[in-house]
Amino acid sequence: MAETIAPLLSLRGLTRRFGGLTAVDGIDLDLAKGGLVSIIGPNGAGKTTLFNLVTGLDRPDAGEVRFEERDITGHSPERLAAQGIARTFQLGRVFGNLSVMDNVLIGAHTRLRAVKPAVPVIGPLLELGLALLRPASVKAEEERLREEVKVILARFGERLLPRIDQPAYSLSYANRRRVEIARALALKPRLLLLDEPTAGMNPSETAEMQALVAELKAEGLTILLIEHKLEMVMRLSDRVIVMDEGKKIAEGPGEQVRNDSKVIEAYLGHGLSGTAEQESAA
Amino acid sequence: MSSWLDYTINGLIVGNVYALVAVGLALIFGVSRLINFAQGSIYLVGAYIGWVAVVQLHTPLPLTIIFVAVVAALVGLIIERFGLRPLQNSVRIAPLLATIGISFVLDQLVMLTFSPNPRALPSQLPDVRFEVGGGTIGPLDLLIAGVGISSALLLFVFLRYTKLGWAVRAASQDRDAAMQMGVDVNRVNQTVFGLAAALGGVSGLLVGMYYNQIDTAMSLQATLKGVVAEVVGGAGNVPGAVIGSMLLGLVESYGVAVFGTSYRNLFAFLLLIVVLVLRPNGLFASARQAPPEPLTGTFIAPSRPVRIPRWALVVAVALFAVLPLLPVSFYVLQTLINAWLLGMLALSLTLVAGTIGQVSLGHAALLAIGAYTSALLSLTLNVPVGLAIVAGGLMSAALGTILISPSFRLRGHYVSIATLAIGEIVSLVILNWESVTRGPIGISGIPPLSLFGYDLVDPRTVYWFAFAVMVVLALVQGRLLGSHLGRSFRAIRDDDIAARAYGLSLNRYKSLAFIFGGFAAGVSGGIAAHLYSYINHETFNTQQSILALTVVILGGLGNVVGAIVGAVALVGIPEMFRIAAEYRILIYGIVLLLLVRFRPQGLLGTI
Ligand SMILES: Nc1ncnc2c1ncn2[C@@H]1O[C@H](COP(=O)(O)OP(=O)(O)O)[C@@H](O)[C@H]1O
Ligand SMILES: [Mg+2]
Repeated sequence: MAETIAPLLSLRGLTRRFGGLTAVDGIDLDLAKGGLVSIIGPNGAGKTTLFNLVTGLDRPDAGEVRFEERDITGHSPERLAAQGIARTFQLGRVFGNLSVMDNVLIGAHTRLRAVKPAVPVIGPLLELGLALLRPASVKAEEERLREEVKVILARFGERLLPRIDQPAYSLSYANRRRVEIARALALKPRLLLLDEPTAGMNPSETAEMQALVAELKAEGLTILLIEHKLEMVMRLSDRVIVMDEGKKIAEGPGEQVRNDSKVIEAYLGHGLSGTAEQESAA
Repeated sequence: MSSWLDYTINGLIVGNVYALVAVGLALIFGVSRLINFAQGSIYLVGAYIGWVAVVQLHTPLPLTIIFVAVVAALVGLIIERFGLRPLQNSVRIAPLLATIGISFVLDQLVMLTFSPNPRALPSQLPDVRFEVGGGTIGPLDLLIAGVGISSALLLFVFLRYTKLGWAVRAASQDRDAAMQMGVDVNRVNQTVFGLAAALGGVSGLLVGMYYNQIDTAMSLQATLKGVVAEVVGGAGNVPGAVIGSMLLGLVESYGVAVFGTSYRNLFAFLLLIVVLVLRPNGLFASARQAPPEPLTGTFIAPSRPVRIPRWALVVAVALFAVLPLLPVSFYVLQTLINAWLLGMLALSLTLVAGTIGQVSLGHAALLAIGAYTSALLSLTLNVPVGLAIVAGGLMSAALGTILISPSFRLRGHYVSIATLAIGEIVSLVILNWESVTRGPIGISGIPPLSLFGYDLVDPRTVYWFAFAVMVVLALVQGRLLGSHLGRSFRAIRDDDIAARAYGLSLNRYKSLAFIFGGFAAGVSGGIAAHLYSYINHETFNTQQSILALTVVILGGLGNVVGAIVGAVALVGIPEMFRIAAEYRILIYGIVLLLLVRFRPQGLLGTI
């Protein structure tokens, strides 16, 4: 499927080696604005490492990452967040001692006005001053964001709203994943990377998550999704990329990829993780 | 002893001694990702056991070495079994604090048993020196080299050719995988602690003989030197630790040759800071490996802070404010003034260690900077005392933040090492920069506290002054915690990777935390200077840093009210029971250990 307009995100020859192991090996990828591309592949295929390279948490040994046609290879995660790239983590990285509200507010951090002046020394001192004096504008902004957080949390029905003041460590595993997504949404992302958002969820929770991702897509959000549950991948994706041992072994619309002999071999050869096997057999 | 060859030999011999400590640290780090701050204490125990053996039991040298190794190994096993194993499933900060607590308890026990005065430890070897090239070498040098090399060989054979050695190597490569393959991790830990302690103890013995002197200050120095060598070689890397030790020995020896003995430690710590900044994984690690610290898992104990109603706080403040009007003794006021000063330091540390998660072990250096600034400004430039104290706070904030900034990219244990080293650097600079700080003589005749031209000499006014300053600092800190900055600091503490992914710059927020915390600590130091009227480079020492840390853990990390309650408790309770000064540090160490084990969230809970 050829892109007609310039893609929002584009990777060229992205490579990352750990010692002798090439975790990500010459990956090319294009993601159009408003599109949803899924990355699947057995455990250890290099999917999470690819996310780390795109979000600046790790730096590639070779290749290029372009976002809105600008080269962002090796930029710091702070900078990328400010440009509208948000992600969730496979293992769930909420701030355990922060309340649900505070966790999601951190998502809005890059939008705070107090944070804006990037001038060295003066900027941080100004931020300290604003935090201590809290003029009306700062208070109003905080209030507005708190309301916004409640709207975001309402997307998860009654899952998070009643627990808004509870510390994140006290939440169930599934709820922590939801908090992560809420936090990502608070950034008002232009690109959202979801790393196995349904890992550890039961079928009804998975369906709920699938509906949410579909909703986000319908709202025009551009999404890169790592997911083992093929059912969900097939429903949501414009395009599916299959990785194995760092390499892209197949790419295309869901159905086509699903029946690709190389893909089946890769999955069987590595003793595919349980969930995906069931799903593909179903 | 003046030729370069002599300095080289000296460097290598001292390097050998460091290697015995550093290899132990590397073994322990390898299997448990833990920097054992108690390693120097075992070294101290080794030196004193050696003294007992040589001077009182008159054992022959080989027996002395074996005796020391066995006793030290036993101490290591006890530390592992009772100090660390119960914390296996605990939060990451727990074992770090535990080894700090153990180290203090051991040092104090040695001090109480043998008195802090230095003693001679004769080497039992003939005092002859052989000419080698242009330099000389003595039998003790040969002994140290021999012990170093044979320990290395034994260790190599053990790790390479025994089943247990294989298990140790497996556990240090991938602990989880090793456990799945049936490696008994407890047994591996025991082995490693026993070995490390035996090596450390023998090292203490040899150093005592080398300088023919032992004293209780050796412990902290040994920990620092061992850690420097280990980190230079790459944490957890056993051969790297040996090379790092030799390098450290040579750097020190040449440094002393050029600049003089009082600079010895300065070179060690500068080497550490340079390596930590440029190659945080050591000289031999490939440049871009993931940091050896675990990336996930909570650092501090999760808890719900105890909510104290506002009226209760107001009542408490009012009570303490009117206290001097009641018939209380001068002694009570004096004790509480100390508590308020410690409270300010604890406010600072609870922000830095608790709210943003940088467990600083060099916090007393901030006191020293504030104290010296304020004292010198008021003495030499006649700056009014009130203003000088504020300037001291600002200087602490600025200088402290600049000094600590190289460690902003470090995490967990490394921050503690870096801050410990920076604390030492500050006190060494104060000692050596005589033209400004008056060096070892210290500063005397510091003007008393005064405000708007009125001297505060009456204990009651001093009390009110210190109390008011502390309350104001606490209120401002409370306000900070309620802002987006408080939220950001806590997010960085809980998960710095996720925080970065959401745009939080670690440099920016750690700087702000240290600026804010540095001010409070500097003010505390400044007030103390005018109160004591005399300060020197030892007035503000590591013991105060540890005391402040205990206060902070007791009150609950990040907890403003907790910091003050903790300060009153730890200053007040020993006074109430009239506990002799020598025993207090021991008690603080024990309190720290008990808290880590049984109530890691402190009395009032983590915020
Ligand atoms: N920091 C790291 N250091 C060394 N190896 C790593 C690191 N991160 C990932 N790897 C390795 O890279 C490979 C790909 O891992 P990952 O990207 O997590 O796979 P996936 O997300 O597809 O399951 C794995 O073999 C993993 O062990
Ligand atoms: Mg993954």
